[in-house]
Amino acid sequence: MTILVIAEHDNKVVAPATLNTVAAAAKIGGDIHVLVAGQGAAAVAEAAAKIAGVSKVLLADNAAYAHQLPENVAPLIAELGAGYSHILAAATSNGKNILPRVAAQLDVDQISEIVSVESADTFKRPIYAGNAIATVQSTASVKVITVRATGFDPVAAEGGSAAVEAVAAAHDAGTSSFVGEELAKSDRPELTAAKIVVSGGRGMQNGDNFKHLYALADKLGAAVGASRAAVDAGFVPNDMQVGQTGKIVAPQLYIAVGISGAIQHLAGMKDSKVIVAINKDEEAPIFQVADYGLVADLFEAVPELEKLV
Amino acid sequence: MKVLVAIKRVVDYNVKVRVKADSSGVDLANVKMSMNPFCEIAVEEAVRLKEKDVATEIVVVSIGPSTAQEQLRTALALGADRAILIESAEDLTSLAVAKLLKAVVDKEQPRLVILGKQAIDSDNNQTGQMLAALSGYGQGTFASKVEISGDSVAVTREIDGGAQTVSLKLPAIVTTDLRLNEPRYASLPNIMKAKKKPLEVLTPVALGVSTASTNKTVKVEAPAARSAGIKVKSVAELVEKLKNEAKVI
Repeated sequence: MTILVIAEHDNKVVAPATLNTVAAAAKIGGDIHVLVAGQGAAAVAEAAAKIAGVSKVLLADNAAYAHQLPENVAPLIAELGAGYSHILAAATSNGKNILPRVAAQLDVDQISEIVSVESADTFKRPIYAGNAIATVQSTASVKVITVRATGFDPVAAEGGSAAVEAVAAAHDAGTSSFVGEELAKSDRPELTAAKIVVSGGRGMQNGDNFKHLYALADKLGAAVGASRAAVDAGFVPNDMQVGQTGKIVAPQLYIAVGISGAIQHLAGMKDSKVIVAINKDEEAPIFQVADYGLVADLFEAVPELEKLV
Repeated sequence: MKVLVAIKRVVDYNVKVRVKADSSGVDLANVKMSMNPFCEIAVEEAVRLKEKDVATEIVVVSIGPSTAQEQLRTALALGADRAILIESAEDLTSLAVAKLLKAVVDKEQPRLVILGKQAIDSDNNQTGQMLAALSGYGQGTFASKVEISGDSVAVTREIDGGAQTVSLKLPAIVTTDLRLNEPRYASLPNIMKAKKKPLEVLTPVALGVSTASTNKTVKVEAPAARSAGIKVKSVAELVEKLKNEAKVI
């Protein structure tokens, strides 16, 4: 068995989610190859070669892959991946965008967002916003899978010494082009990788009040998240949303402030090790999953918490 | 231009589902069913395109049990012109659904196909991408903005770090994210009028599509329950517990 892992990167550095994906591949067992598709991505390939457990890195460096448009990258992965037993990618927005296209080209069903590996052909994944866990078995010749990063502890980024091999194949479907992107800037840790996450909901009342959470987060070295209500109300940008339709996090500590705890929000954070809820409504559903609940006005409790930690 | 919208009948998003005792699946008997929330956004976007005179006809299609006609009628009441139901009692995988949709695309030749980004039951997030692959079209997934100009469509997409804009040649596939629009409600007169709009019923066999699958669900279980927590009385007590009991700060 040989497993192809699709590297998540921005043409400069390997994204941490790749390390979790390699960890899932290691659980399946077999040789692990990593594909780096991009433009000017030699540094990414070198970094991927150092990941523990990786035996070969394929580098497809071509202008057509610069922004990893699925119309161009999927045919590449389908062509290279046909000889592998498994093709794995992180369940990031990029992985979710590309991999189903690969699966359809290979005429196999995909298994999305696995959280555990039972055997080489059997995997567990959450369904119904995490309210049920399905065990799925695949008989496909090539198993196409996306991996939920929070389900697997990352492998070491150093220690490997794989060879880097250039791939000549160039696919340019000509059906799509990149226009531009706007990335939110933040000095805080990345939401999905942070050890502590402080999240605010509708109870924050406005965007300005998020400064209380930023102050607390900075003191704890935490990332700041939000519920959909806070994002829809325009308090914070949408890439901060935690939940079924946003990001899935599983930090050591999740502090939910002014968040009622709708099913869709819980889907994104209920695997956190310790959950703290601060809410003035003692009936709020968030208290049913919180390890420590504090019924209080957040505008008093959060500044006090910031002073004491 | 003709716009095709795919919709799915799913358990209502407010329902807390229960896993069956025999681990065969989730208990959906006597549970409220609705149109998948992302599909509502897809229908709304199509209707807005028609209101801007960009779309000339909206065809909605659903694949599922005969009861999915209810959701198709809802889409007709919201502004779709006609509906197609591909009746299948089985639970189909995303690939099978994409193949059936490809057959409908071949038949109807829409310029734009809009789907939701994921269904809230299977949480797969695959069908739109698979349909794009099968039809060879460009894909604009997780769309928060869709602008059609001439022979192309500019799609602003929600990505992990922010937003990205891509331009796709038409025909193309778009999947909706939550912030694309706010779906409207169907008015009573429109619900009545929708009953008279055409609804065609097809089968996978009639379309010549095999729905065989390489995936099998072995069992479905309830997630591990969290042990009950405690309520603390003050911020000081909370900090003390986090430091000494949970040891997370």
